[in-house]
Amino acid sequence: MFRNQLARGLEGLIMLSCKQASQLTSQSLDRPLTLRERFALQLHLMICKYCRRFSQHLQTLRAAIGKMVDSIENNDTIKMPSAAKKRIADQLATNRPQP
Amino acid sequence: MTTANMHDWLNDHGDFLYRFALARLRDPHLAEDVVQETFLAAIKSPSFAEQSAPRTWLTGILKHKIIDVMRKNVREIAASDLMDDEDGNMDEFFDETGHWAEKPLAWDIPDNALEQQQFLSILQTCIDKLPAKLAQLFLMRDVHDTDNEEICKELNITTTNAWVMLYRARMGLRKCLEINWLGGLKV
Repeated sequence: MFRNQLARGLEGLIMLSCKQASQLTSQSLDRPLTLRERFALQLHLMICKYCRRFSQHLQTLRAAIGKMVDSIENNDTIKMPSAAKKRIADQLATNRPQP
Repeated sequence: MTTANMHDWLNDHGDFLYRFALARLRDPHLAEDVVQETFLAAIKSPSFAEQSAPRTWLTGILKHKIIDVMRKNVREIAASDLMDDEDGNMDEFFDETGHWAEKPLAWDIPDNALEQQQFLSILQTCIDKLPAKLAQLFLMRDVHDTDNEEICKELNITTTNAWVMLYRARMGLRKCLEINWLGGLKV
């Protein structure tokens, strides 16, 4: 009896909705969560496979973004348009270095 | 050091700097502009003659030029309809009880390189479907992995606001990937 009340009390105190859990999951990529937030999020992830998936998806997304940017940075076939290069060269010619 | 050296730098590093900017801003004209500003700032810099690692130095200047663009973007995002709702107006993703309106699916990311290439190209398409300024902020955050506090300080926005923006971007991207990358998905 007391146990049930305690469980319900704890639940109300720390149970997150999926919406809240997804917000915390996203924020955990941007800042350290507080102890309480971490605990609540872990508890939610333990019982919610959809939020576990969501969390994995954000990890996948971050890794994929890194790969995508690397692949653009290292793609030698992408060149600055020659018109832009010429424009910059002209500008440099009129802006001499400071003595 | 003369202007001629700076022209060499333009030839040697211009394309790299352009790709660096393009990967983050995803807009060819914006990318050209920040590279131009970078070279003009470089040639006016008193320390330009002493640089032994020009690419690193130029990339550092370029990052700041990109952050300048972000700063303007964030002000505009914050003032736009996009940010009307404190928790980012996530009604399309959750029902009124806070449960997923559409449950996230199990993703099966292939090791196969070709399919990864397909995945990356779908990712690019999805990024380009986000509001442009939001996409740029997201790329800035998740690519540079710059410290969030630092970005917020540089961008002069409240940290909470940045979290909401990044949350929105990630929710939109995840959904878009799930819809468009059906090949690898299992329920």
